[in-house]
Formats: sequence, structure tokens, C-alpha cells
Amino acid sequence: MRPLPETETSARTFAPVLTRLPSFRILRAIALAATAAVCLALALRPAHAQAVEVSISCGAVGQELELCRDGAQAWAQRTGHRVRIVSTPNSATERLALYQQLLAGGSTAIDIYQVDVVWPGILARNFIDLAPYANGAQKEHFAAIIENNTIDGRLVAMPLYTDAGVLYYRRDLLEKHGVPVPETWQQMTEAAQRIQAAERREGQTGLWGFVFQGRAYEGLTVNALEWIDSFGGGHVVEDDGSISVRNPQVEAALALARGWIKDIAPEGVLNYGEEEARGVFQSGHAVFMRNWPYAWALANGENSPVRGKVGVVALPRGATAQGPGKHTGVLGGWNLAVSRHSPHAAEAADLVMYLTSRAEQKRRAVTAAYNPTMPALYDDAQVLAANPFFRTLYPTFSEAVARPSRPTGRKYNRVSSAFWNAVHGVLIGAAEPGPALADLEHELQRMKRRGW
Amino acid sequence: MRVRAAWQFLAPTLIVLALVAGWPLLRTLWFGFTDATLDDLADYRFVGLANYLEYDDGEWYGVLADPDWWSAVWRTLWFAAVSVSLETVLGLVVALALNVRFPLRGLLRAAILIPWAIPTVVSAKMWGWMLNDQFGVLNHVFMGLRLIDQPVAWTANPDLAMWAVIMVDVWKATPFMALLILAALQMLPGDCYEAARVDGIHPVRVFFRVTLPLIRPALMVAVVFRALDALRVFDLIYVLTSNARSTMSMSVYARQQLVDFQEVGYGSAASMLLFLVIAMLTISAIALGRLRQQEPGR
Repeated sequence: MRPLPETETSARTFAPVLTRLPSFRILRAIALAATAAVCLALALRPAHAQAVEVSISCGAVGQELELCRDGAQAWAQRTGHRVRIVSTPNSATERLALYQQLLAGGSTAIDIYQVDVVWPGILARNFIDLAPYANGAQKEHFAAIIENNTIDGRLVAMPLYTDAGVLYYRRDLLEKHGVPVPETWQQMTEAAQRIQAAERREGQTGLWGFVFQGRAYEGLTVNALEWIDSFGGGHVVEDDGSISVRNPQVEAALALARGWIKDIAPEGVLNYGEEEARGVFQSGHAVFMRNWPYAWALANGENSPVRGKVGVVALPRGATAQGPGKHTGVLGGWNLAVSRHSPHAAEAADLVMYLTSRAEQKRRAVTAAYNPTMPALYDDAQVLAANPFFRTLYPTFSEAVARPSRPTGRKYNRVSSAFWNAVHGVLIGAAEPGPALADLEHELQRMKRRGW
Repeated sequence: MRVRAAWQFLAPTLIVLALVAGWPLLRTLWFGFTDATLDDLADYRFVGLANYLEYDDGEWYGVLADPDWWSAVWRTLWFAAVSVSLETVLGLVVALALNVRFPLRGLLRAAILIPWAIPTVVSAKMWGWMLNDQFGVLNHVFMGLRLIDQPVAWTANPDLAMWAVIMVDVWKATPFMALLILAALQMLPGDCYEAARVDGIHPVRVFFRVTLPLIRPALMVAVVFRALDALRVFDLIYVLTSNARSTMSMSVYARQQLVDFQEVGYGSAASMLLFLVIAMLTISAIALGRLRQQEPGR
């Protein structure tokens, strides 16, 4: 096909004209110089200015996702990198399963993993040592958590926030019926029964006394360990590896818990996680709730039906004829770890240090009641103004009882699963506490065999 | 020559099947004889049949010695039997109804496929919220109709949880059965029915003596399909009730061992046993079907 006449003409006339201009040589020199300058600038710019994308998986319970996103965006703006948030399942058990599959496959999809406080022992092999990137920042955190995260001398995770189980109560209902804040589980049970009966008589038929996490998952291990420890019944598996779960205090604790079902706790509590229990309490349908501190900010949020009516106190003691029991709370909390398959380990570690820094921890504490992992922040005026119970419950947070993940090592999941199944069986009435604990002890011994 | 051509035509399918189904199966079989763990799949030892059954220091270990495994097996078999029976009966009823001419029949036929079309995870989550004891719409409706006076915990109560799972499974799979049975009904010759009408035989006897024997082959195919699916049930149970012991099926057990406990060796052994159970049931079902066909007709 013949080309269009205009282009043909212009091409044939322009080129010769251009090259004959006297200024052409000057233009060419300028163009060459500019290109050289640009190339030089590109070559000389600092190596880390290459923007990378770091993927982080940080939870989905409550406001966790929002806080993580805000923090990550702030870091991204400061450093020029990009952050991609990967959302993960709500339940800790499902999240662990997902992580294990990703890490076993050597996936590079996620650089930073948010790990539960009981997972470093299980997943340590897949994470890099963060000590070189921390530059001594470890000293600002609670020593117990840093120790928990150090496996074989490697710091595999930095603490993000800590957690301990607490008891929420409806201050307005307790005041209305003249009931003091309970000190022991027995007092709580009686208070719940009284208030539930009185309120139902007045027409509040949907009100229940106590909600907690009773589904057969890790959350039930946490709740049950709190009951057991408050009665002085030990920690299922002690630090030296011995199995201590079969004793009268544990039986008393489980018998008490079983009595709650259908009495002061709805039957559905046997399938509740953290969010389901919070849903019942926050909508005004429960007098007491056991949950993590994150629920405080949400209960006092803008649209909460129980705004301003909620109080927080340490979990009750398990007082029996044998002893007064003790206030306790299971150590929860989450940490950030960097995958060893990550192609951007340095940038990922930098983001981890930023998110676990003092400023970020303070922001999370003030806006959403996430417990900082730095003792210094528990004396900070703004943090305490937002969360007055941080000061009163400081012993609970600093002395929280840990689940037996260190002594049981890689078999922790099995141990926890056997324990929560045994407790669930007692709660649903399928087994009596005595025989259930005997079976559990036998099962744990089979798991232990010659050693954990 | 034709045989060779036949093999050439089949070769691509067989290769794909070998890669997609054969290779993972052999790998699972291999892992069943090792003590591999999920966090380091390259580092394992060969342990023979220890994952299946082992006697050590006065105790039996292994999948076959685990009471949880056996209760999962019986529960899965019971679940398959009950849900497939319910689906067959309901599917038959629906198919017979859809076989009759009435206005908007086409639309209704398309509409009843919706439960089957929704992915199981989505519908399980949806039913999970509907069955919730505090916020669930099911309790709300039943209490409004005065059928119950207290909200029932469908998925938490161990006696009811399995029935809740069966109910959702029947809801989901009845359209599938109805579709297959409807296809068979549409192929039935009309002269048997005309003869029956002329003789004045009661419609119920017509159904049992004429319709049912004629659609039996298609019905058996549908039942076998559904039974295989029901024996492998996982997503429904996992989404509704997670890892609870009272509703654990064989697949949930195998997955728990494999992923939650990171024991690839033990979990693979459980998976192989699951495969064997299903294979044995399928073979016996087919063998029974063949025996039936060879019986002299009634």
C-alpha cells in the first residue's frame, strides 16, 4: 500500500533539513549531556531507594487490621516502600494451619507473620534471627516475652502486644442490684445468678450471666487454664515436663465450669470464640464476660450499647477449703516474625522494628486498648488515661501464666488439642471431671512417650 | 490397529490423571511409612507400619489404635447412610413433582439448583449464622411459631450438631439427586403408563412396580456419587463446627493430624486409610450392583 503523501513528504524533507541546521550540533550535544547526567544520577542514587513491596499478615480480630494498616502506611510513607496487607482467618487455630502450609511450601507470598505467643517453638525454623536488626531494642520489652521468643539463641519474633484474660462486668447492673465486684468464682456465679434472675423477672428475657470462649479450640485451652490456675491446680504440663493435670483442684474447677452451662451461660457458649462472646456482651445480653483487653475499646466505642457501663477486673480466684486460690490470666499476645523465604528480609525487619517501637505501641494502647509490651508505657499518663485498668491490672499482665508451649515444644498443638477436647467433653456433659482427667492424663503420657 | 488408536486417544487423559491423581496418591502412600513433619518435609526417616499400628512398651500406637479415628469412621459412615437416604427420598419426590407439566416448570427447575450451585463453604458459613443460638434466624422463627420456648444451640449441642450438619448437607445435595432422577424419568417410555391407566392400577403401585425398577440404574449411579461425596465430607463439618470431636469425620481427622499437628507421616497414614475405606465401599457397591443384574428378573 502506498504510504500517505504527507508523511512521505515530511519524512523526506524534515530529516535533511534538521541535520543541516547549524544549531543541530548544539542540540545534539545538549541531548547527549542530559542523557549522561540522568544515567549518572540513577547510578549514584542510594541502593535502598529501590521501592520494594513488603507483605504482612496481621490479624482480623477487632480493630487489629485497621491499626496494622495505619502503622504500615505510616512506615511506607516514611521509607518509600510499599506494604501489602494480607488478611488471615480469625481463629488462631486456623491461622496457624495456614501459616504452616505457607511456610512448609517455602512461599514468598508473605514476608512478615504475626505469630501467637505459643508459636515460636513450633515455627522457629522458618523465621530469621531479628537480633541484628533490633540493635538492643529487646531490652525495652518485658523480659519474659523476649525469652519466650528466643529459641536456640535466636530471637525469632519481636513482641507486638501482650494480652492476659480479664473479667468484664456491667457496672450499672451490679450497682443496680447492690452486688459487689466478685473476688472468687463462687461469688461471680452467685452474682450472675442473682442479677440474671432479677433482670429476667423485669422483662429482660435475653440476658445471661456469663459468657466466655467455650468452643473446642485454643481459646478453650486458655479459658480452662485460667480456671485451673486460679484454683491452684497447676499448668497441665509443668516446666520440667511432668504432667500435673490430674488433681482435686482441677476437678473442682471443671465441675464449677460445667455448672455454668445452661445456668448462667447459654448453651451456645460451647461454640463461642472471642467475637461471639463479645457480641453477646456488647449488645447488652450478658452480665459478665471473660475476654482479652481488646474488647474494652470496642465496648466503649461510638455505637456500643454498653458504652460507659463496663468495668474490668482481674479474673476471680478459685477459693476452696484447700486454699484461697489466686488471681490469674493466661499470657496471650502476638509477635511479628520475618520469614526466612522473604526476598526483602532487611526491609521487612525494618517494618517489624517500626511496628513494635514505643511510639506505635503507645498509639495502639491509646486508641484500641492493646497492651504494650514495654513496662515503661504502663507509667505513661496518656495510656493510663485511656485505659485506667492497665495500672490496676499490671500484676495480671506482668505475671500472666504461660501455656505449656515451652516444655512441650513441637507437640504443643497435640497437647492443647487433647486438653481442650477433654474440657469440652466435661462442659457438654459427656464425661465426668474425674474420668475425663484420668483419660487425659493417659493420653498425654502416650504423647510424651520417652520425652517431649 | 484400532486398539493402538484407542490407546493413543486415551494417553493424554491417562497422563493427566497420573500426574494429578496418581502422583499425590503415591506420595501420600510413601509419607504414610515415614515420620515426616510439615515444617521440614525433606528431613524424615522410614518407620514402616508404625503410623498404622505399633506396639511399644505396653501400649498400642498408631491410627488404628486411636479411638478418635474409629469414632470418626463410624460417624462418617452413619452420616453418609442417613444423608444419602434422605437426599434420595427427597430428590425422588422433587423429581416426580418436576416431571409433571405445570406453568413456570422451567423456571422452577432452574431455581432448585441454587443450593447445589453455591460453594459449600459459603453456604456452610451462611447456615452457621442462621443456626447461631443468639442471633440466628432459625431460632427466631421457631420461637415465633411457638415450636420451641428456648433458643436451641444447633451447632454447639453435641446431640444436635451432627443433625444440623446432615440438614445442611441434605439441603445442598437434594437438587443434585433430583436432577439425575429427573433425567432418568424423562427417558421413561410412556406406553407402560398408558397400559397401567387402562388397567386402572393405583398410582402408588404404578410407582413401585413400574417407575422405580425402570429408573433403578440411574438412581444407583446417583446414590453412589452422593455416597462417595458424603464419605469424604470435610468443608461442611469444618466450617460449621471446626475441630469438635463430636462431629469429626475421617477427613477432618486426617487434616487435623496433617496440618494442625504438623504430622505428615501420621496424617498420610490416616488419609490412606480413608482412601481404603472409600475404595472398599465403592467396590462392594459395584459388586452388589452386578450381582443384582445377574439375578433372574422378578
